[in-house]
This record gives sequence, C-alpha cells and structure tokens, in this order.
Amino acid sequence: MNPATEPAVAARGLSKRFGAFVAVDHLDLAIGRGEVMGFIGPNGAGKSTTIRMFCGLLAPSAGSASVAGFDVGTQSQRVREHIGYMSQKFSLYGDLTVRENLRFFGGIYRVPSREFAERTAFAMRMAGLEGREDALVATLAGGWKQRLALGCAILHRPPVLFLDEPTSGVEPQARRQFWDLIHELAADGVTILVSTHYMDEAEYCNRIALIDRGRLIAVGSPTELRAHGLGGELVEVACEPLGAAIKALAGAPGVIDAAIFGDRLHVVLAADGPGIGGLPGLLQARGVRGGAIRSVAPSLEDVFVRLVSRGADARGAA
Amino acid sequence: MNGRRLLAMAYKEALQIWRDPRSLAIALIMPLMQMGLLGYGVSLDIKHVPLCLYDQENSQQSRAIDSRLVAGGWFTVVARLDSQAAIRGAMDRGECIAAVVIPVDFSRKLATTGTASLQAVFDATDVNTTNIALGYLQGVVAELNARLESQWAAAHGTRVSLLGEVDARASTWFNETLDSRNFIIPGVVAVILALVGAQLTSLTVSREWERGTMEQLISTPVSALEVMLGKLIPYFVIGMVDAAMCLSLAVFWFDVPFRGDLALLLASTALFSLVILGIGYLISVRIRSQLGASQVALLVTMLPTTLLSGYTFPIDQMPAPIQALTLIVYPRYFVTILRGIFLKGSGVVDLWPSLAGLAIFALLIVWFAARAFRKSLD
Repeated sequence: MNPATEPAVAARGLSKRFGAFVAVDHLDLAIGRGEVMGFIGPNGAGKSTTIRMFCGLLAPSAGSASVAGFDVGTQSQRVREHIGYMSQKFSLYGDLTVRENLRFFGGIYRVPSREFAERTAFAMRMAGLEGREDALVATLAGGWKQRLALGCAILHRPPVLFLDEPTSGVEPQARRQFWDLIHELAADGVTILVSTHYMDEAEYCNRIALIDRGRLIAVGSPTELRAHGLGGELVEVACEPLGAAIKALAGAPGVIDAAIFGDRLHVVLAADGPGIGGLPGLLQARGVRGGAIRSVAPSLEDVFVRLVSRGADARGAA
Repeated sequence: MNGRRLLAMAYKEALQIWRDPRSLAIALIMPLMQMGLLGYGVSLDIKHVPLCLYDQENSQQSRAIDSRLVAGGWFTVVARLDSQAAIRGAMDRGECIAAVVIPVDFSRKLATTGTASLQAVFDATDVNTTNIALGYLQGVVAELNARLESQWAAAHGTRVSLLGEVDARASTWFNETLDSRNFIIPGVVAVILALVGAQLTSLTVSREWERGTMEQLISTPVSALEVMLGKLIPYFVIGMVDAAMCLSLAVFWFDVPFRGDLALLLASTALFSLVILGIGYLISVRIRSQLGASQVALLVTMLPTTLLSGYTFPIDQMPAPIQALTLIVYPRYFVTILRGIFLKGSGVVDLWPSLAGLAIFALLIVWFAARAFRKSLD
C-alpha cells in the first residue's frame, strides 16, 4: 500500500462486545492524513470504545484497525508511540505542577532533550499557561486543564491524535479556542479523530462520522450530510394546530418525516413525490389554518435526528 | 526498558508522595510511633509485681523476708494487710496479683524444727504473669534458705553437707541480661517495614485508576515493567531510610546489642523490602479501590508478621501444623535473620537457610508483580 494514500486511521469490521452487549458493531472507517474527523453520536453509542480500540487500550472482539500504519492488535506498542490521546475524564496529575506534568510526559514519550525546552514552551504557550508553570494542575480552570492535556498529548509530535470529548464541561469561549488549536494541528498534517456531543462542534470538522448503538450510520462532510443526509427536501410549515398538522402529514404520500420544530413543523419531502405543492391540500383536509410553507436548509442537528430515528425504525422493523 | 522513562516514572511518583500528607505521615512518622510503642510497650518481662503482705508474726525474721521481697525490684509491696479476707478483697479489686502470708509461728517453727512454711497466694487469671511471679518468689525463698542454712551451720559449728554442695549455674548467652526487649526490637523493624511498605505501595496503582490518570498513562509507550519499577523505586528508598532509622533507634536508643555485619543486615533488609513492596504492588494492581487495597495489604503483611513470624510468639512453641505453615510466612525468615545478626553476630554461613528463603520469596513476588499489570482496560 502506498504510504501517502494509506489512511492514517482505518477500521475494518471493528467490533467490541462486553458479554452480551455489543458496544461497537462492525465499524468500517477510514480517516485520511491531516483530516479532522468528528465522531458524533448519543451517549453510549460506542464512541469512546472505538477510540480506546484505536489506542490499543481495548482489544477488538472482531475485525481489525490500523493507526499510522500499525495494527492495533499486533503492534500496539508502535501505535502508542505514534498517537496522542486525551481520555474523556481529565487525566493529568492534579498534584503535580504544569511544568512537572509536561516534564513527566516528555520523559515518558522520550522527547529528545534538545527539543524538550522548545516543545514544552510551545505547549505552555498553546495552553495559555505562560507564567503559571509552577501552579498545581488541580487549581486550574477547566479550559486551561483541557488545553494543557492537549499540550501533553502532542509533546512528541504524534501524527495521529484521538480526543475523546475534549470540550465536555468547558465553557463556550474556551471550547472555541480549543477548536482553533485542533485546526492549527491539522494544518501541520496531524490526523485528528475528535468525539463530541455538541452539534455546533460538528460544523468545525472536515468530515463527520455519525455513530449510534455501535453502528456507523453516516459519514461525510457537514455540507454533504446537510445536502443528502435527510434523503429528501426539508420544508418548514407555519400553521396551527400543530398536532392536527402532524396527523395530516405523517405517512402521507411523498412525506418522509414530519416533526415539530419550535412553533412550526419541519417536514422532509421525498424527491420523487408530489413535493411542496401537495402539502396545502393535505393540511386543509384536516382543518389546519395558515400554511406558510418554505424550503429551508437543514442544520446538522436535523440530519442527525433524522438519521438516528431512521436507524431506530429500521431496527424496529427488522 | 528505557532509563529515561523509568526516571520520569520514579520522579513523578516521588513528587506525588512528597505532596501527599498521608503518604508522608505513613512513611516518616508511623515508623517512629511504632518504634516507640512497640519498643516501650511490648515487653515480656515483669517487674514490680504488685504484692500484698500479711505478716501475722511481725518478728525480726519476718521483717527480713519483707525486705528481701522488695530488694530485687521484682516485687512492690502495695499493702500490708491484717487478715486473709483482706487478701481476697485486694485481689478482687486488682490491687495485687500476689500475696505472701507469714504465719504467726514462723520464727518459732524455724528455730525448733529447722523448717517453716510461707503461704503464697496468686491471682492466676493471667497464667503467664503468675508463672513469672512465682519464679521470682521461689528465687527469693531459695536465697533466704541458703542464708538460713549458713547461719544455722555457723551457729552449730558444723557443715551442712559433708559431700559439699552441688551448684547448678545457668549461663545465658546472646541476651545476657535476659531482657525481652533485645529479643523483640529487632523484630519490630520487620513489622514496621511490612506495615509502611505495603500500606504505601498498595495505593500506588489503585490511586491512578481512581483518579483517571491510569487511562492516560497506559496510552503512552511506557512498559508495564517501567511502570512497576518506576513506582517502586521511591518506596524502596523510603523503606531503606525507615529501616535505617529504626535500626539506629534500636541500637542507640534502646541499647539493643548489635554484634553482626552491617552489610549483611542491609542486604537482607533490601530483600525483605522487595518482598513487601512486591506484595503491595500486586495488591494495588489487583484491587482498584484504594480502601480495599489498603485493607488487604494490612491483612497479608501485618498479621503474618506479628503473629506467625516468631516476632513475639516463638515458632518452636507452636503446634506442628502451624510451624509448617510458618515456612510460607515470609517475615519469619527476616525476623530470624535480624535476631541472628543483632544478638548472635551470625553471618551468611549460619543464616543461609533464612536468606535463601527470603531470596526465593523476593524473586517469586517480583516475578508475579511484573506480570500482573496489563496495559489494557479489558
């Protein structure tokens, strides 16, 4: 395989069972070099389990995965030398100072001593912790802790970074700064898989992998997902009463989905159905007043809700 | 195995110990407390046994007995009573554990028949103490007899025995003053090392699991062996410092005679530390809660060290099955070595079975400990 085109992270039929519970179910995924891949899904969808398998912390029950060209099952030591990892729970040593934590991870990753000063200075600057080198890490606020954890994870310039919900519990301003850092790293060619449950953060990713109940249900750029993820056209219907309107539209020909969205309805129409023109008739038949209908661009949230519920329907039908 | 990573681990662990008041207290204050408590508190000698005297005669002869009883420091006369009933009362109240009654006709009988009896009463609820007090009293009486015989002989101008006297003399070696402290204190060092070493190390891995730092650590290239050695190096240093502290106290404060080879002492202490730290680390790897780890550590180190090592209870006095059991109680080897070096000045030639036993344990435990830790969340 050509190293230049080989994906930085690849999973083939990757599965993990805990007893009878299937946490990750035949996951296939390829992340290109320098790509920022968002890993999105509800709690318990299998995001952390997948990341832990990529890091060699959990052994796959079936399937395989490679990271930076090394197999996670048979070459986990080589994998560990080429990755940076931030676990979901904050995991630096709170009873050590900023400098001591950096020195520890620098030693563990064997950062060459001639580079060490420069690397730690970079990490400190990146975390915005210059001048607080001797503060105990436990005393830092959330955003600084997270940036320092990122700094520790990239001391050895790993080509691949796994960040498991790095921004959870961090205030919005600090979250924004954190994403700026992620993009700076990606610009340097670092491949990054970052999980989050903040929908707005999904927009910052080059591509998104949506995972639900252990299964990968969609992969694509935010633009692609918005355009095609719904499987139809999204229209907004302003009318009342909303309950009667839903009854009128649900299951009608050409209507894929209808859901209340604030004080309006969001309706997904099949491309091969009657389209917008068919809606007023359906609504009036049920005595629904109003009916200002317009086509809207779907948000990623619309797409995710739709994809997750479609996945649930498919399982229910099976 | 990489020196740089090992050093980073050891330095980090040392910093964490230094910043944790509880660890510091266990490492530095507990050994001193234990040494004081066990050094002063645990003694199998009994001095100043509280004694009541009921002198019915109150003669010159009986007052001589009175003064002999207290002369050696073995007894303290706490009360002089005037009835049998008062003796019972004093014992019931716990004021004395022994009473001596000098009969009203003691001097007269002695003068006329050459023999007279004393009555001694003991509170035998504590059999051990009673036996020791009885021994002291017999000593006093024997001495009295010897004096009376020579007086009698001098008065009558004859020798007591034409054949001469057979004199049995006990000669005590190695602990000439028969001070049980000399016997116990070398063992205290083993108890302290077991307690401190296992308590500290039993938390070192479980703490990282509880705080969530372990997941980060095992995602790095650090090897399981580097984690173990890096974590144990600071505790090994603490163990050796504690041992040096306790051994110095034993020699310079408690005046326990030291007759052996210091190098052999340090080498065997290092072996014992390895066993203890290995056990603590094994527990820490297996039990992921700090509380549970600490409890188990106490159970598997303190109990065998205090009860089955021969530290207070002599192994050759135990029933045969228990004696056999002590062969797998690792502290017995170290206690034997310590006593040998301290009191007898024994060398490798004399102590090799115990040294070998300890070395085998150290190898086994460290081998198991090195294999126990897996860099995995499975």
